[in-house]
Amino acid sequence: MATALASLDARQLKLLKGVLFIAACLPFLRLVIFTFTDQLGANPVEFITRNTGDWTLYFLCITLAVTPLRRFTGWNWLVRLRRMLGLFAFFYASLHFLTFLWFDHFFDVAEMLKDVVKRPFITVGFGAFLLLIPLAATSTNAMIKRLGGKRWQLLHRLIYLIAPLGILHYWWMKAGKNDFSQPILFGLIVAALLLLRLYWRFMQGQGVRARAAG
Amino acid sequence: MLIKRGPNGIDLPYASEITPRHVFESRRRFVQQLALGTIAGGALLEMATREAFAQGAQKLAAKPNPAFVVMDKPTSYKDATTYNNFYEFGTDKSDPARYAGSLKPRPWTIAIEGEVNKPMTLDLDSLMKLAPLEERIYRLRCVEGWSMVVPWVGFSLSELIKKVEPTGNAKFVEFVTLADKAQMPGLSSPVLKWPYVEGLRMDEANHPLTLLTVGMYGEVLPNQNGAPVRIVVPWKYGFKSAKSIVKIRFTSSQPKTAWNVSAPSEYGFYSNVNPDVDHPRWSQASERRIGEDGLFAKKRKTLMFNGYNEVASLYTGMDLKKQF
Repeated sequence: MATALASLDARQLKLLKGVLFIAACLPFLRLVIFTFTDQLGANPVEFITRNTGDWTLYFLCITLAVTPLRRFTGWNWLVRLRRMLGLFAFFYASLHFLTFLWFDHFFDVAEMLKDVVKRPFITVGFGAFLLLIPLAATSTNAMIKRLGGKRWQLLHRLIYLIAPLGILHYWWMKAGKNDFSQPILFGLIVAALLLLRLYWRFMQGQGVRARAAG
Repeated sequence: MLIKRGPNGIDLPYASEITPRHVFESRRRFVQQLALGTIAGGALLEMATREAFAQGAQKLAAKPNPAFVVMDKPTSYKDATTYNNFYEFGTDKSDPARYAGSLKPRPWTIAIEGEVNKPMTLDLDSLMKLAPLEERIYRLRCVEGWSMVVPWVGFSLSELIKKVEPTGNAKFVEFVTLADKAQMPGLSSPVLKWPYVEGLRMDEANHPLTLLTVGMYGEVLPNQNGAPVRIVVPWKYGFKSAKSIVKIRFTSSQPKTAWNVSAPSEYGFYSNVNPDVDHPRWSQASERRIGEDGLFAKKRKTLMFNGYNEVASLYTGMDLKKQF
């Protein structure tokens, strides 16, 4: 089993990607079904806003978990799923933003921007969304080639900023009602995932220094 | 405004006489299923429990008071009883309906004390005999930007105030909500300082609109809506209307109210509905009417004092942008 998971052939990977794609679409499908069967509760806009926001954070966390998981398990194929996971984070973030622009402001962009500027928690959320756009736009193989691997990787490190901004957005939103249990949980998960990377980098530095000294 | 006035207003039906929509619909579905002959045991059980739920609440005899009836369409019973803020039962708006079953609204006593000549402790039955019960249909505006229209049952708080004879030192009234961990699971989380405290200035408390409330939709208050007795102050944001009250205290100094203590820059003592004073986290200029302003209907403009302009005179000379 362990060896079977350690490497996947092309056919298995394709199958896995298909399954993952369908699974990642399920929250969206659920929203669509709920909308047309009147199951969104007393305040449908609030339901959709919160649900798409939650799923953005879930996918950001899952995407950030790929590299640590890969290092712990040695399953290198995990990295082949990362692009899709990241794009789903962007997909749910776009739905979240669209809900805000459409159902809260009815496409009155000027009004929406006023809201963005005036309210710090929206400013931060909007900023995080804007930063996601270049990542989504450069997610194709062609773009990776055009930018060159090094520059592409540098650009995509923006995710280390985007995820904390997303959590700050959630934190400040919840602060209005003094309810921090969920933001704390998300915060701890993202902090752990980012600290692992810092730790590995630090250890790598130690290794290099040790070799240089030897 | 939209408020129906005058003693000879239209003859409104008692809310208790209107069959709630879900009961009506469930009966209809029952008949349809009977006709189709498709009733399985499970479906039968579900119907039975629903009927039991609908008929479980005790009806309250209350006369509609046409002087206090807005012409807006009342919110459905289902929305008004499943979408609530009552942090003593959890912070999610579906939590109160889910967890308030553990609240025991009877027996219940309410202590009236402080700056009064006749302090007293009343049980529910004696409280309800203080004045004839009225039905009033009020708008309810939540500070979170949504609103409902609810037919309440109760009488003006001023009726109670008269009975206890406040002293000259009584400048404010403080309402204290029950804080019993055994009945209220939400108390274990420190979102607010418990017990929940709210308050009004004496003239606000004495205003005829301020309703000591024991019922809604022609029935006793459901637990999640603040059973067995709460206050309803329709020109202020919903959190000012304390639920499940165990103590009413008359004081000489301004009460330390729960949300004001927790975030003074966001929630003022007065918290009058005011479209010109934004909450830092959201605009108060408009609101979403639950059940009406859904996905594709635009939000409606919020009215000063939630449309209850008769209270404006309470605040003459005050800068309501500073004393929000």
